[in-house]
Amino acid sequence: MKPPAERLFSLQRVGAMVLRYLYLLRASWPRALELVYWPTMQLVLWGFISRFLATNSSWVAQASGVLLAAVLLWDVLFRGQLGVSLAFFEEMYSRNLGHLFVSPLRPYELVSALLVISLIRTLIGVGGAALLAIPLYNYSIFGLGLPLVAFFANLLVMGWWIGLLVAGLVLRYGLGAESLAWVAVFAVAPLSGIYYPISVLPDWLQPVAWALPSSHVFEGMRALIFHHRLDMQMLAAAAGLNLLYLSLGVTVFLAVFRRARRSGLLLHIGE
Amino acid sequence: MNAPVIAARHLSKRFGDVLAVDDISFSVARRSVCALLGGNGAGKTTTLSMLLGLLAPSSGQISVLGEDIQRHRYRVLGRMNFSSPYVDLPQRLTVTENLSVYGHLYGLRGVRARVRELAAELDITAFLDRRYGTLSAGQRTRVALAKAMLNRPEVLLLDEPTASLDPDSADRIRGYLLDYQRNAGATVLLASHNMPEVERVCDDVIMLRSGRLVDRGTPAQLLARYGRRTLEEVFLDIARQQDGHGDAAGMPS
Repeated sequence: MKPPAERLFSLQRVGAMVLRYLYLLRASWPRALELVYWPTMQLVLWGFISRFLATNSSWVAQASGVLLAAVLLWDVLFRGQLGVSLAFFEEMYSRNLGHLFVSPLRPYELVSALLVISLIRTLIGVGGAALLAIPLYNYSIFGLGLPLVAFFANLLVMGWWIGLLVAGLVLRYGLGAESLAWVAVFAVAPLSGIYYPISVLPDWLQPVAWALPSSHVFEGMRALIFHHRLDMQMLAAAAGLNLLYLSLGVTVFLAVFRRARRSGLLLHIGE
Repeated sequence: MNAPVIAARHLSKRFGDVLAVDDISFSVARRSVCALLGGNGAGKTTTLSMLLGLLAPSSGQISVLGEDIQRHRYRVLGRMNFSSPYVDLPQRLTVTENLSVYGHLYGLRGVRARVRELAAELDITAFLDRRYGTLSAGQRTRVALAKAMLNRPEVLLLDEPTASLDPDSADRIRGYLLDYQRNAGATVLLASHNMPEVERVCDDVIMLRSGRLVDRGTPAQLLARYGRRTLEEVFLDIARQQDGHGDAAGMPS
């Protein structure tokens, strides 16, 4: 049996990195507060909009929870992406990459830890908002049942690959590109059909929208809410696309990492 | 035969137009303490980074503990460690948290006990619960050294190991490193500007200038070769030589 340091994949090393990010969350209450602040604010805002539209829009009136479900699921994608990008930026802020990568930690173990911490952050942030929606608006997204798990998983994975691409870009171009973390996901928002069907988009833009896993998820969500029908084709398309893009995201991140080893960025990168 | 623990052959590193390390070859014997000496920009940190696998060489080969560091670095990283004042630890984590994370990364068993043991040895117990970012530069140096000792490394690479320490602390750290090296049979390669430190702890000195290896020997050999009384004077002689002129005799092939 190989010594622990030589194992190709070590749960202990992944756990060590997850512990590092949990320590950070525990040490900084603004960071912990930020996790739940934005999802809650979004929920409150869209809750009131939903109430208004429920009496003024026949479409929303058919299923008043459709906008709240959309805003909560959109936040899964956004929080999932931020969970990966921001955790990676912490290593750059603290100029810690040099120490990390003279330890037996493999780059893909770091990626695994980033994904785990992203899941934890998303569950805390969006979970809190989802629970708050029950007393505030008498709406429970958990009423979607098991399909909610599939929607959540697909949007989380989409957040992961966008987060890895952003982290790769920032590793390549430095923390000057950090603002990408906050804006990147909004580039896909108009095409994802979060609050409206993809058919609203111009014909030429619809194929682009269908190339995004999120479009399939939100269409699937509306099919479930309005027609009580789980569209397995939509889910399968989202999962297939996510698999493809996640492979791409991991490949790009690891390639940038290899390049950083050639250029010396692992030692010198910082604010 | 004392096989070298570190062997670098025709090692070069180019950053764009800048040749930071220029075709250097050297080896470091097991259980020795070797210094890389040179002025700013001589290539010390770049060389250490390549030995650690943090930086890929432009050309040349490196072997550490018998493994090709570019191809099989993960076979030996768990048996090495590193400390540098130029690489930080997470600022918002306490010292204990930082050392615990690294203890787990190195696959240690009994991480807490090891942290307590090192804290006592390196006199950092008093600030184990303080955030790393609130420590003085000297305290950070000691914590970074504790991180470097966590896995009881066979090969220890140190960049300025006593930077920012007061003379008393620096002296204690040197004593600690020498004790560790002798007791554990470890090999130490350190980059330093501190000549008295090098004279005290090193039994082998590699002199670098402008990325090239310009001389090598024990401190006593270098003093005799240059007719000087201190390594600092030798360092100044070498640093002020013009490139391409006056490279001292005795340079290893």
